[in-house]
Amino acid sequence: MRILVVGGGTGGTIVANNLARRLSAEMRARRARITMLSASDKHMYQPGLLYVAFGQMTPDQLYRDQASLLEPSIEFHVDPAEKFELDQNRVTTKSGKTHEYDILVIATGSRIVPEQIPGLAEGAETFYTEASAVKMFKRLREFEGGKVAIVVGVPHKCPIAPVELVFSLHDYFKSRGIRDKVAIKYHYPIGRMHTIENVAKWAKPEFERMGIEIETLFNVKEVDVENKIVKSEEDTETNYDLLIAIPPHKGMEVIEDNKLGQAGWIPTDRFKLTMNGHDNVYVVGDTTNLPVSKTGSAAHFEAEVISENIASIVKIGTPVRDYDGKVYCFIEAGHDKATYAMFNYQNPPDLKPASKPMHWFKTAYNQMYWTSVRGLL
Amino acid sequence: MSEIKIIDARDTFCPGPLMELITHMKQASVGDTLELLSTDEGSGADVPEWVNKVGHEMISNEKVDGVWHIKIRKAK
Repeated sequence: MRILVVGGGTGGTIVANNLARRLSAEMRARRARITMLSASDKHMYQPGLLYVAFGQMTPDQLYRDQASLLEPSIEFHVDPAEKFELDQNRVTTKSGKTHEYDILVIATGSRIVPEQIPGLAEGAETFYTEASAVKMFKRLREFEGGKVAIVVGVPHKCPIAPVELVFSLHDYFKSRGIRDKVAIKYHYPIGRMHTIENVAKWAKPEFERMGIEIETLFNVKEVDVENKIVKSEEDTETNYDLLIAIPPHKGMEVIEDNKLGQAGWIPTDRFKLTMNGHDNVYVVGDTTNLPVSKTGSAAHFEAEVISENIASIVKIGTPVRDYDGKVYCFIEAGHDKATYAMFNYQNPPDLKPASKPMHWFKTAYNQMYWTSVRGLL
Repeated sequence: MSEIKIIDARDTFCPGPLMELITHMKQASVGDTLELLSTDEGSGADVPEWVNKVGHEMISNEKVDGVWHIKIRKAK
């Protein structure tokens, strides 16, 4: 059985490692083979970018060599996929090499597309890439007071990020002794201040306590960079001195180029995690079009289901379980407290008050991630 | 008549039905009709509120067997 994993982010790496462990006997006997294709020889811990944007981590702390994270039995190539021929069960890479497979796992992820909104790339700070997170921190350090506006593009990776950003801004300016000189205004696309109702119920009084102004039903239409005004699809506008954006996202270009899914999101069965119409193609993480959070956590839980099912197909000829929509997100509530949201398709999250021990757990998880992505946690 | 694009946002808490609708509305062309399926109790009111505020066209809004079926035409 030839298993090809395309993408070396959280989802792809956990699938490959988990499978390699489950199929170690079959791989030794050459009855199974796992190959991974990735665009990079490095693996980034993406949640760390928020810490970089506040000077709490440096970029080098976010990376490990991808090869060091993989089980030695996995064949790893830094050679991104360029052409998918699903009817022929083969993928061709940038270098021109063709990989045939029996089972394909697509884990190519997502990308930011601030350029979709006029003026956003030029006018707003963000923290979704290494360079932008460093740039944002430098802007924050220089900022001596004024109006900070936060806007949120749709769809976006890490739905908790807008809330965490506000808590971090409040604590950062407070620690510099200039919180009273900074007005923070938070804009959100739907009619409440977070899409998860229980997160909104928990965060709203916290925002009020911190003196955060909230405007809902605000979808960013354009940024007038010269006059420092951000305008909404709903015909409202806000003046700012510093604009911070959660940028809109799309799936990867290679998915669009191969017409595997509109906007780069692949139509996926929400329980089986197979691509619609292709039972031997699994889709994991941000790459799916599922109505599930685009987070490393969702990718992690999906990856566990996918690897268990592929291993079962190899061993007994059938998958064994469905994905239940499980997601677990830490929520950093400033620089010394945190809580979490855990939910699935059927059960909403029940938020607990933020606490210091949960923040310490999150701090520990920032290191434990490397164990998690190896498929050990 | 163009095909109606179904957005199945049943049994989802995050990103949630309205976020799903906004995502698909951005991908649609002016004149396209989208039908949102939602089990979120609030959708019957939240979705029309956004649709009207942003200036799209509400076609219908009904609850059938616990599922909201909300049809919207992209107007701009």
